[in-house]
Amino acid sequence: MRKNMSDNKAQRRRGRRGPIASVALILVGLVATGGAYAAFSSASANAAVDLTSPAVIEEGQKLFAANCATCHGQQAQGTENGPSLIGVGSAAVDFQVGTGRMPMQMSGPQAEQKPVQFTDEQTQALAAYVASLAPGPSIPTASQLEGGNVSNGGELFRINCAMCHNVAGAGGALTEGKYAPELTGVAAVHVYEAMLTGPQNMPVFNDLNLTPEEKKDIISYLSYIEENPSAGGIQLSNLGPVSEGLFLWIFGLGAIVALTVWITAKSN
Amino acid sequence: MAKNENGTADIVPAGSAEVTGTGVVSPDAFTNPGLPPHRPRITDLDPKAAKRAERVVYWLFYISIAASVFAVYAYMFFPIEPENIHSVRMNTLYLGLGIAFSLLAIGIAAVHWGKAVMADKEAIDYRHPVRGTEETRARAVEIFRESDEESGFSRRTLIRNGLIGALIAFPLPAIALFRGLAPMDQDPNNLLKHTMWKKGTRLTRDPQGTPIKASELTIGSAFQVIPEGLVDLPEHEMLDEKAKAAVLLVRLKKEDLNWTSAERESWSYDGIVAYSKICTHVGCPVALYEQQTHHLLCPCHQSQFDIANECAVIFGPAARPLPQLPITVDAEGYLVATSDFTEPVGPSFWERSK
Repeated sequence: MRKNMSDNKAQRRRGRRGPIASVALILVGLVATGGAYAAFSSASANAAVDLTSPAVIEEGQKLFAANCATCHGQQAQGTENGPSLIGVGSAAVDFQVGTGRMPMQMSGPQAEQKPVQFTDEQTQALAAYVASLAPGPSIPTASQLEGGNVSNGGELFRINCAMCHNVAGAGGALTEGKYAPELTGVAAVHVYEAMLTGPQNMPVFNDLNLTPEEKKDIISYLSYIEENPSAGGIQLSNLGPVSEGLFLWIFGLGAIVALTVWITAKSN
Repeated sequence: MAKNENGTADIVPAGSAEVTGTGVVSPDAFTNPGLPPHRPRITDLDPKAAKRAERVVYWLFYISIAASVFAVYAYMFFPIEPENIHSVRMNTLYLGLGIAFSLLAIGIAAVHWGKAVMADKEAIDYRHPVRGTEETRARAVEIFRESDEESGFSRRTLIRNGLIGALIAFPLPAIALFRGLAPMDQDPNNLLKHTMWKKGTRLTRDPQGTPIKASELTIGSAFQVIPEGLVDLPEHEMLDEKAKAAVLLVRLKKEDLNWTSAERESWSYDGIVAYSKICTHVGCPVALYEQQTHHLLCPCHQSQFDIANECAVIFGPAARPLPQLPITVDAEGYLVATSDFTEPVGPSFWERSK
C-alpha cells in the first residue's frame, strides 16, 4: 500500500510541470493577455479605415447580420428587444461596441461594460455600416480630443457631468440599479462619443449644447485629474463622505477604543 | 451584629436574640466581597522586565525628541512652493507626522511609565459626608457678610446697579451681529417666493449665459439653465439668485409627456420642458437626469421625480413635484419664460402657503 502510494506520487510528479515552468507559463499568459488588452484599449480615432468605402460597409453589414440583427433587426430598424439604429451614426457604434457594452451580454438595468468582442477594424466596419444607413454623429478625429482648456473644462464638467459622474469622475449610483460609470481609464474618443450620442440613460450633449471646443476642454480636464494625483493625500476612491466616513468610523474610532482599553487596563 | 461607620448598631440579623422591632433582614443578604487580592506586576517580580519597561519609557521620550527635530527639518526641507500644490501636500504631511509622533510618543511613554514603572500600591479613600460642620457653615456665612460690608455691594447701590447694567448690555452687540445675518429691509417670505424669472426672460446656458434656441435641443438633450442677465450680477447677488433660479431644460418626445391640463401643457414647447433644479425636500440641486426613463434623481436623499408626469414625486422624502417654469419661444426662436414660477421653489417654509 505504502509503496503503491509513493509510486503514484512519483508518477504524478513526472506527469506535472516543474514549479518554475508553471510560474513561467502564468507570466507568459499574463503578458500576452495584458498586451492584447493594451492593444485593444488603445482604440484610437485615427484608425486607418475608410468608413465610406463600400467594401468596409459590406463587411460591416455581414458582421451586423451575424451579431446585432437579433435585437436590432435585419435592417437595423429595431425590434421590441432593441432600439432602431438608423441615424445613431458611427460615434454611437464605436462607443457601444468599442467599450464592450454591445453586443449586450444579458438584459438588466443597463448594458454592462465587458471585454471588447471585436477587433478595431471590425468595430470600424460596423460603424461604417450603421453610418451608411442615415446621417448621424460621426467618430471624432484625434485633433478634436487633445489640447483643450483644463480650467474651463473643469467648470463645464462640474455643471454638466459631476452630478452623476462625481466631481472627480469616480462615477455614482442612479435609480433602480443603474449607475453612471467611472471616467478614469476611459479613452478620450469614447468620452467624446458618449457626450455626443447620450448612450443609455445619459442625456445627449450635442454640439450646440457643448461645442466641440468645450467637449475637448472637458476631456482635457478628465485627463488632467487622472494624471495629477490628489493634493489632499489618499483619495479613498474619491467617493467622498461614504468611504471617508467608513474609514474614520472603523479605523479612527477603533484606534480610540484600543487606546482607551490599553490606558485603563492594569499592567501585567 | 453589623455596625455602620458611626459604630452604632443599625442592622439586626433575623433570628438573633436581640430582635426588638418588626423589621426582618434576610440572613443571606449580599455581603461585601471586598477587594480582589493584590496581584504584583511582572515588573515588580522580574528586575529584567522592570529594566526593559524603563528602557521603553526613556526611548519613547527620545523618539519624541527625534520627531520634534524631524518636524523642524521637514518644515525647512519641504517648503511650500508657489503654484505647486504637491509641495503643500509634502509640507503638511511630514510636518504633521513629525508633530503627531512627538506628542504621541510623550503620551504613550507617560502612560507606560505610570502603568509599569511607578510604584504599584493600592489604597482606599473612604467617602466622607458632604455637609460641613456647623462652625464651617457659620464661618462661610460670615465671610459672605464681611465681603458685602467691605466691598459695599449692598450699600453703594450706584456701583452695584452699574455693574448689573454693564453685564446686561454686554451681549447686545452679539444680538445685533446675528440680526445682520438675516436679510435687511426685505421680507424673507417675499424673497423666497420670487425668482429672477419673469415674462420674456431668455433661458441661457450655465455658465456662459448664452441664449438657447428651441432647435438646439435634440431628443434626450439636457441643458443646465440660468436666467438671462444672471452672469452680469455682482458675485454675491449672482449666487443668491442662481440658488433660486437654476433650471434643468430637457427635450422628450412630445407623446411621452402626460399633462393634467391643457394649461400645464402650454407651459412646454414641442416636448421641451423646464423644471426648477431645487429639490422640494431640502433644496439640493436635482440634476441626475435619466434620458430613457425620464426620471430625475436627487443625490442627497434619493427623491425621484418623473418628468413625463409633471415631475411628480415617485420615490423618496420630497413632498411636492418640482415647480415647472412656463416657457415658449420668442420671435427669434430663442426659448423664453412666460412668467416666474407659479409657486415658490425649493423646500417648505412657514409662510409658504400664505
